[in-house]
Amino acid sequence: MSDYIIEMLGITKDFPGIRANDDISLRLRRGEIHALLGENGAGKSTLMSILFGLYQAEEGVIKKDGRPVTIRDPNEANALGIGMVHQHFKLVHNFTVLENIVLGVESSRHGVLRMDEARSRVMELSRRYGLLIDPDALIEQITVGMQQRVEILKMLYRENEILIFDEPTAVLTPQEIEELMRIMRGLASEGKSILFITHKLAEIMAVADRCTVLRKGRSIATVDVRDSSPEELAEMMVGRKISFTIDKQPARPGEAVLSVENLSVQGRGDKKAVDGVSFEVRAGEIVCIAGIDGNGQSELVYALTGLMPSQGRIALRGRQIDQLPIRRRNDQGMAHIPEDRHKYGLILDYDLQQNLSLKRYLSQEMQRRGFIRFDRVRSYAQGLIERFDIRSGQGPDTLMRSMSGGNQQKTIVAREIDIDPEVLIAVQPTRGLDVGAMIYIHEQLVRVRDEGKAILLISLELDEVFQLADRILVIYEGKLVAELDAARTTQQELGLYMAGSKKQEASHA
Amino acid sequence: MHKIRKALSSMSASLLAIAAGLLAGFIILLISNPANALRGLATILLGGWNNGMKGVGQVLYYATPLIMTGLSVGFAFKTGMFNIGAAGQLMVGGLAAVYVGVTWTFLPGAAHWIVALLAGMLAGMAWGMVVGLFKALLNVHEVITSIMLNYIGMYGINYLIKNSHLFDPLKNQTVNVAAGAVLPKAGLDQVFYILKGKYQDASAVNAGILIAVGLAIVIYILLNKTTFGFELKACGYNRHASRYAGISESRAIITSMAIAGGLAGIAGALMYLAPASGMHIHVAEVLAEQGFNGIAVALLGMSNPLGIIFTGLFIAHITVGGSYLQSLRYMKEIIEVIIGLIIYFSAFSLLVRDVIARAGKRRARKTRLLAAREGQDNLSIQKEVDG
Repeated sequence: MSDYIIEMLGITKDFPGIRANDDISLRLRRGEIHALLGENGAGKSTLMSILFGLYQAEEGVIKKDGRPVTIRDPNEANALGIGMVHQHFKLVHNFTVLENIVLGVESSRHGVLRMDEARSRVMELSRRYGLLIDPDALIEQITVGMQQRVEILKMLYRENEILIFDEPTAVLTPQEIEELMRIMRGLASEGKSILFITHKLAEIMAVADRCTVLRKGRSIATVDVRDSSPEELAEMMVGRKISFTIDKQPARPGEAVLSVENLSVQGRGDKKAVDGVSFEVRAGEIVCIAGIDGNGQSELVYALTGLMPSQGRIALRGRQIDQLPIRRRNDQGMAHIPEDRHKYGLILDYDLQQNLSLKRYLSQEMQRRGFIRFDRVRSYAQGLIERFDIRSGQGPDTLMRSMSGGNQQKTIVAREIDIDPEVLIAVQPTRGLDVGAMIYIHEQLVRVRDEGKAILLISLELDEVFQLADRILVIYEGKLVAELDAARTTQQELGLYMAGSKKQEASHA
Repeated sequence: MHKIRKALSSMSASLLAIAAGLLAGFIILLISNPANALRGLATILLGGWNNGMKGVGQVLYYATPLIMTGLSVGFAFKTGMFNIGAAGQLMVGGLAAVYVGVTWTFLPGAAHWIVALLAGMLAGMAWGMVVGLFKALLNVHEVITSIMLNYIGMYGINYLIKNSHLFDPLKNQTVNVAAGAVLPKAGLDQVFYILKGKYQDASAVNAGILIAVGLAIVIYILLNKTTFGFELKACGYNRHASRYAGISESRAIITSMAIAGGLAGIAGALMYLAPASGMHIHVAEVLAEQGFNGIAVALLGMSNPLGIIFTGLFIAHITVGGSYLQSLRYMKEIIEVIIGLIIYFSAFSLLVRDVIARAGKRRARKTRLLAAREGQDNLSIQKEVDG
């Protein structure tokens, strides 16, 4: 038997206008956690998609246990024991956890489902690997963390030995990330081999045995994590030395730009998703709303931007906007980097230039008597592409769907910053981004702040909160439970407020 | 460049679908009357050319409403709606046009048919808008409302015709429209005719085909060159993101269904603003087939307004060709079956394109495997290739 359970040798894959993988080799040992590190667009997801049978490589050989295999589609990958948890989960939302796990491999007798058998197997796996789930809950009712455990159980239920995790921590809270790390170690100690796509160095240091670094479609090196350091890995990933902290002067806030008074949003059932929230964001400051996912952040943002009806008063530069339709709010100077870039942020079947002009096509500059001035749209897009370093296969004509997640996010950030807003509402603006892109976006947000704009940041990542925020508001079960000065607060203290175990009694702005 | 390539690849899928449909039609010809099958296929392929320029004119004539309903369905598709109600919108539009054509004789000259045409459009718009209103305000699925409205339209029209001066009880159809309301020939009868002795036997083609082609171009421009089209298509692709960008989704749905209805209404007007020898609205419990064929025209044309001109012409072409099949002793139903098959295959044209793409990949993989065989693991790869 070969030492390596999977070998990908000399893999090359071309997309129109771009070579995504260039002669990449990757060897996965039995029972190890092997991290795949690289910036967005470095080719990590492409490489894993080839292993999972979603793409076919132009060149190169894949070996399982030392023998060459072809993987034409995910079913063949599955037959070889390869499973994958995608960044965007592939779950049926109105099915239960158990139904999702057995979907496609249901045990039946004479065409009648035998769920009891499946249930006992799932519960046994759940116990063995410490994957806490409620088998009868509907997917749409459970947390993202539990959805991910369902995805992991799907792989285990299919008796996969090689588990691919595509940026698994991008959607998780700090506590859930801890939990996932523990699960991954458990899986590896039970003999599963894990491929772990990420660009978060701390996670690699915490959990991985070895790490292969990709940059611009090439493999740079494979290193033992024990013998390496975050700095070294980052340098290999980006190709130059980078600093992790950004230069940020203390805020010099001006007058209030966004004022929210007693805002409530109706949630599911009788419960209020947002419950009587009041706060202000002033010009030249970054206010961060911190909280564990699902405590009303999304609804708060939807209410502010007009995507969801609300009660209470919202004012922008003193003008009341809570009854205005979305376009009028945008016109008054509200920009919004949405949480879900595929659902709200982009039209994936439009190309890059159309998406960049999504909030500008009505401006005098880009249309004349209702006819779009395509030359202007194109040159505008080209300007943003250069300024924000948006990488794509075919420039302004690139179909949005074909672009990498990081560049899709950059597209949104570029568009929203460039409309020169009064207030910028940024929800998880660096979710799923690599260090380089993340620092870039952080710098942009600070720059916008220093230009005297108001920024409301909603983030689940404590590092980001402390990196950017001037003031922190903690949201818990739809209420603001604390207002903290970012400079005088620790992560531990913030964590206690977020978990609801500590509350400020004093009223806050 | 890649836009042209994309257009070509989607066109090749449509052509392949048509070829497959014709092949299936040929098999049916073989089964029903083997001796004449080849001549039968030739007759279908010749279409209008079987009867010289008159036949070609007939193709244009039959293509007119098909292009219009194709545009109606295709336009709604582009904005994410399935307009299965073109049949009802066509009939309502047709009746409004006939009403103006019969009654408003005070209108001078060309104004009469133009106003009648506009009346047809407005009635169709209203009928389509109801669907949009239900969808936008009450979230009722457009397929349900438009199917209901098809029947409400059909029975409502029958009722109105029977109880009005528009009814010709002898022929069980509408009376003739006034001469001024008949669509002009626009000189087309001087082109599309055959000589019978000294008599010019002209086809029924009229200015309608020019109007249809013109409107296809207008719709193409509307969809691809204007901010309005940009918004409508955005809603069709991703309504959440459109809302986020400040586009009013309800307004987009209502206007898009109104326009789709208007296009189908014009189809009805173009059909029934005809001379005494032309089409009349029959009082029968049948939905206009042009409404449903519009779905096929739109699918086969990939909802592209310019593509729809050609697919409308094509379906008219084989329909006319089919009518000549009867001289080869084929039953009228056979051609219906064949057209049905082609339409059926058109729905799979996207699937067909996928199959082509996949076949290309498979070839590439095989060469790759053969190349890899030069390496160390001869035996196992051999198995892969054989298996």
